[in-house]
Amino acid sequence: MTTSNRGFLETLWDFFCSLKLAISLLILLAATSIIGTIIPQGTPPPEYLQTISAGKYKFYQALGFFDMYHSWWFILLLYLFTVNIVACSIKRLPRVWKAISEPTLVMDDKFEKTLSLTHDFRMDGDAAALRDKMVAFLKGAFAEPVVTERDGEFHLFAQKSPYSRLGVYVVHLSIIVIFIGALIGSFFGYKAYVEIAEGTSTSVVHNRADMKPIDLGFTVRCDKFTVSFYDTGAPKEFKSLLTVIDGGKVVFDKRPVIVNDPLTYKGITFYQASYRPAEDAGLYHFTVRERKGGAPVKISIQQGERKLLSDGSTMQVLESSQEVSKFIPQFQGPAARIEVTPKGGGAPQVFIVFQNYPEFDAQRGGDLIFSYDGSEEKMFTGLQVAKDPGVWVVWAGCFLMVAGCCMAFFMSHRRVWIRVRKGEVTLGGSANKNQPGFQLAFDALVDKLKQQ
Amino acid sequence: MNALFFNMTLAIYFAATIAYLAYLVKPREVLGKVSCCILSAGFVAHCAYTVDRYLEAGHTPITNLHESLSFFSLAIVGIYILFERKYRIFILGSFVTPVAFLLMAASTGFPSAIMPLNPALKSKWLMVHTVMAFLSYAAFAVAFGAAIMYLIQQHFLKSKKLGPMYQKLPSLDILDEINYRCLTIGFPLLTFAIISGAIWAESAWGTYWSWDPKETWSLITWFVYAALLHGRLTTGWRGKKAAILAIVGFFVLLFTFLGVNLFLSGLHSYK
Repeated sequence: MTTSNRGFLETLWDFFCSLKLAISLLILLAATSIIGTIIPQGTPPPEYLQTISAGKYKFYQALGFFDMYHSWWFILLLYLFTVNIVACSIKRLPRVWKAISEPTLVMDDKFEKTLSLTHDFRMDGDAAALRDKMVAFLKGAFAEPVVTERDGEFHLFAQKSPYSRLGVYVVHLSIIVIFIGALIGSFFGYKAYVEIAEGTSTSVVHNRADMKPIDLGFTVRCDKFTVSFYDTGAPKEFKSLLTVIDGGKVVFDKRPVIVNDPLTYKGITFYQASYRPAEDAGLYHFTVRERKGGAPVKISIQQGERKLLSDGSTMQVLESSQEVSKFIPQFQGPAARIEVTPKGGGAPQVFIVFQNYPEFDAQRGGDLIFSYDGSEEKMFTGLQVAKDPGVWVVWAGCFLMVAGCCMAFFMSHRRVWIRVRKGEVTLGGSANKNQPGFQLAFDALVDKLKQQ
Repeated sequence: MNALFFNMTLAIYFAATIAYLAYLVKPREVLGKVSCCILSAGFVAHCAYTVDRYLEAGHTPITNLHESLSFFSLAIVGIYILFERKYRIFILGSFVTPVAFLLMAASTGFPSAIMPLNPALKSKWLMVHTVMAFLSYAAFAVAFGAAIMYLIQQHFLKSKKLGPMYQKLPSLDILDEINYRCLTIGFPLLTFAIISGAIWAESAWGTYWSWDPKETWSLITWFVYAALLHGRLTTGWRGKKAAILAIVGFFVLLFTFLGVNLFLSGLHSYK
């Protein structure tokens, strides 16, 4: 390796270790992230595209602004950020580890001058007796000390939470763990979507990214979907009853899935995401009786279906409404418009029957009297389907981050030294964080020692 | 009952603001203590309002802008009282209390009726996530107040106008330290808020991170404060630069809190 090569590598290493790079990257990431919150992501709506010029569109497209957080340059920034974190930690960790594993045990005069908190006491007694007294004092008031003898002086050293110094590096590690989890998710997982009509089942879902079908390897059936509303009209709860069947065996039977309570099977999770009424899948119920007498007959009929009646005529449902007053203000409640065609053809009769007015159709004067018993609207439930094998790695990273933050921000490495000479005791202290807080503790320690 | 507590809080905060501003003009120890007492009384009334609303609604009352602004104000006052107990600097209140009062006043501009929870908000994470977020916002708000005082004080020092105002303000060192202490409280809390939000999003929306504008802006805020924390490791970034960045950070945070809800649409638009 030539010297210039070495020089280059060293420069590169220093570049990646630098705090300046870290700060620049943090600010760059913050600034560029704004773009994606202003420009619509994914497929931008046509109304938006009309507001920007063709040149601008091309420019945005080329820079990946429509999928900014997955664009090559944003990913590159994240990789640089990762390398930066690793390099910084590798460079600084040995020094910190040394401060933990090889603490300064002896407070000589030179070291004493570097400490901002010191206190001198005059005390009677020879060094050995004072030493024993101080050991007992530190043990009771702070932490168990280590004693070193040097030149006839005794040096006591005690510390609290030295490992809190590692908190920063735990946070750094946690970021990398979270990134790894996200990568695992993006390579081995997917986000998909499926709509299942009530009473039907599926084993195929569609990838949200490319709309390609994905075979689940088992079957999911939607037994029922319900939506309930508050008095204000705002939605209260969306609920699907899902049954999972794997290899002919029912694994989950009518398990309720609501928002915030998904169903997971074989690493695939189903989330309640949306719903819509199925257009033509409704079932209508009627009661038909003959004017000349006889038992009423209950009929269930689907939209578009033509049904044969007892006198040979046929009926079908043309349209229906849950609230007819919108069209006919004199009437309230559900209604259906039906068409009855006499036996052997002929002019069909079209009329409306109302659920709330069962005797109304008798006035029509037909041979058959219809009353409407309401409809069952069929619903589609919309489920977000996700497989993310990396999610547990992400949670592990989050746990590390919380632990690391607690160590880094709420704990500090506090150290106390006591030097014992004949008739003289010197107390010194330092904390790597929250000096004012430690100063209070140090003053309390001094007061306690004075009382002894 | 609820409205009574609210109006009481608003009135007491108004009185506290007047008292603290009076202290700014005439910094007598007695006036400072009186101001602090008034503010503490307001804090108690505000807590009563929040608890009462929690009991009435049956869920954490941080689900719309009215409730959020009120809780933001409560958190600021709470964090400020902690700092005042520790540092005994009443004048910080002259900068923080008006903010708390204005937030409370602003919350009256939004519908205050208790609304039932929409399905996505029905989660045990609602309380953890929102309380953490607003406590962190509050810590950053106090940092913002200290940073403004820092810049004012530095302006006096530079122009060598060591008038009465200069003597009222605490030393640059103390202001810088308050700024830093607030960061070391606000940053971990913001981290916890983002993480609890990710856990919640995973169970509600099926993904722990979806680059929703609120998520993205809270990450932007996190980046800005992380940059500030790392900048402080180098000596050149303490003091003035840190104060400026704390102010920038707070504006970013205000956008995360309000701007995203008002100007950008996304999964978090609870108005």
